[in-house]
Amino acid sequence: MTTTDVPPAFSGAEAAPGAAPAELAAAPGASTAGRPPRNGRRRRAPASEEQRTAVSPQDWRRPRVRFSLTATHLVLLALLVVWGIGPIVLLAKFAVTPTQDILRTPLALFPHGIAWGNLAAAWNDVRISHYFLNSVVVAFGAWVCQIVVATTGGYLLSVLRPRYATALNTAVLATLFVPAVVLLVPLYLTVLRPPAGPSLLNTYWAVWLPAGASAFNVVLVTRFFDSLPREIFEAARVDGAGPFRLFWSIVLPMSKPILGVVSVFAVIASWKDFLWPLLVLPNPDLQPLSVRLPALQATTDLGVLMAALAISTIIPVLVFVVCQRLFLRGAGLGGAIKG
Amino acid sequence: MTLDTGPRTRLGTRPRTRSRTGPRPTPRSRRRAAPGGRLRGGGLSTFVFALPLLVIFGVFSWLPIGRALVMSFQKTNLLTSTWVGLDNFRAVLEDPLLMTAIVNTSWFALLALVLGYPVPLIAAVLMSEVRRRKGLYSALAYLPVVVPPVVAVLLWRFFYDARPEGVFNSLLGGIGIGPVPWLQSPTWAMPSLVLEATWAAAGGTMIIYLAALTGVPPELYDAAEVDGASIWRKVFHVTLPHLRGVLLITLILQIIGTSQVFLEPYLFTDGGPADATLTVLLLIYRYAFGQSLGADYGKATALSLMLALFLALLSLVYLRVTRRWSTT
Repeated sequence: MTTTDVPPAFSGAEAAPGAAPAELAAAPGASTAGRPPRNGRRRRAPASEEQRTAVSPQDWRRPRVRFSLTATHLVLLALLVVWGIGPIVLLAKFAVTPTQDILRTPLALFPHGIAWGNLAAAWNDVRISHYFLNSVVVAFGAWVCQIVVATTGGYLLSVLRPRYATALNTAVLATLFVPAVVLLVPLYLTVLRPPAGPSLLNTYWAVWLPAGASAFNVVLVTRFFDSLPREIFEAARVDGAGPFRLFWSIVLPMSKPILGVVSVFAVIASWKDFLWPLLVLPNPDLQPLSVRLPALQATTDLGVLMAALAISTIIPVLVFVVCQRLFLRGAGLGGAIKG
Repeated sequence: MTLDTGPRTRLGTRPRTRSRTGPRPTPRSRRRAAPGGRLRGGGLSTFVFALPLLVIFGVFSWLPIGRALVMSFQKTNLLTSTWVGLDNFRAVLEDPLLMTAIVNTSWFALLALVLGYPVPLIAAVLMSEVRRRKGLYSALAYLPVVVPPVVAVLLWRFFYDARPEGVFNSLLGGIGIGPVPWLQSPTWAMPSLVLEATWAAAGGTMIIYLAALTGVPPELYDAAEVDGASIWRKVFHVTLPHLRGVLLITLILQIIGTSQVFLEPYLFTDGGPADATLTVLLLIYRYAFGQSLGADYGKATALSLMLALFLALLSLVYLRVTRRWSTT
């Protein structure tokens, strides 16, 4: 090989042998998809998913660096395990531990046996099943409301774009900068006595409808619709599709990724919400889990309470484990769509 | 309505933008002006699509915002409202609890910064170097974020059991410290709240940093290596300077978030002991919905507007920073 070949090939040829095994090993473990071809990275492909960091592959081959970094990462992993699953594992343990053991020796491993009865007592006697169902109903309605407003609104602002679209867009965007605190009292009074119709207090509408007024969703969906190719809309229009047909058969099916993201965030936010349902659903029979749990703690046996807490954690954790990629890439989401 | 809106998701947009489209994102206006983009759907069907947005935002967003402005100058008792000028604001400012609430909220915000700000950054920079099972690391760090906040607070309330047999006290007792009175002492109550809040929120911030780290231009590292920079120098002179913008944004967002803290003080201590954890939002809640005060909607709205003004100033800074940062 002539020396003239070396400089351009240097970065690729030098780095590849050291990097290849690690990358091959990393590929199945990593959660990111759509990885570009490996050698593309060395050529500095700008859209590369495999990022370049402060520690170069050359650095990795130095034994001292390799050792100290691996050690640091192991320590980090241990800390993360304690941080991330420590409390959750403890909660799971408490859920099946007799109350006396939880109180006397919280960290001992089942000195007096496992109390599976806690779970049954929580589910039936404390009516967690009932509140669980309430939570599901609340989350489902909030989800429907958010999806309807966000998709129709996004379609209006991005595709139909009537003359007042700019003004409407500004009005929606402006609400992003109004902190939720300001809305708390006036929104409560609005729900108490809406401009038209009966009071929404103690009805699920009081939770569902305000959830729909999420400017964040509308912005997210509008941006996504903006990125859809206009040519397809034109073609559909030439073929005789009206605005409804275009919305239902073209735009919505093309928007599954963004609708997935909005859905997951909607469900999780609704599952977490506390203050608002507390205010507008004073009737205990209607309250979702998040509101009911604090009220239960005073009157419920500790072991049963822990079981109730564990039950209400299961759904969000399961959703997270299943849709991990959606969550962890959600942070970079709006930008991935269009900055 | 959620008080816990997703700033973390809104935030992380920037770094991705950079990595995908290079340092200068395509301006939206260009796409907007694309020829033939406008689709005239006729008046009626357009209106049908506008209806959900107009009704929902009108009734549950724009109307309450307008109402907040009006109500702060009124005395309201649900049936009748009378104009009282600046009386509500005066009453709020004369309330001795206001100062307590402001000091407590600032103390919470400060502690949250000291505890919660560096941890995700260090973790993210270290994690970006992980070569195997990176997904496992970020999943573990993010897991507390998905635990419902109410569950987290109730669980941690038990962890903070002040007896020597309490979870944290028996852990600390193992290394000869304690027992710490945690939530029962005015000194320890606030740090305890902050610790739990940090546990619950740090994962979200870390994901933002991880996303931002993917946006560091590789050329910079190559250039630094050609110049013979050590790993530490690369971290301090390439990685961290590149995160400057995100760091400032998370800082502002964290301050905005912590000034509205409600759940922790409400559920852990209900403002106690001796008002040591009474925050501004808790005071607003008490004005409007509290047992003893209660139903003073004008006063509550006045205080929330004052808080909002402060937050708006912060948002303005945030906006200016993001704009400058995304165009340079």
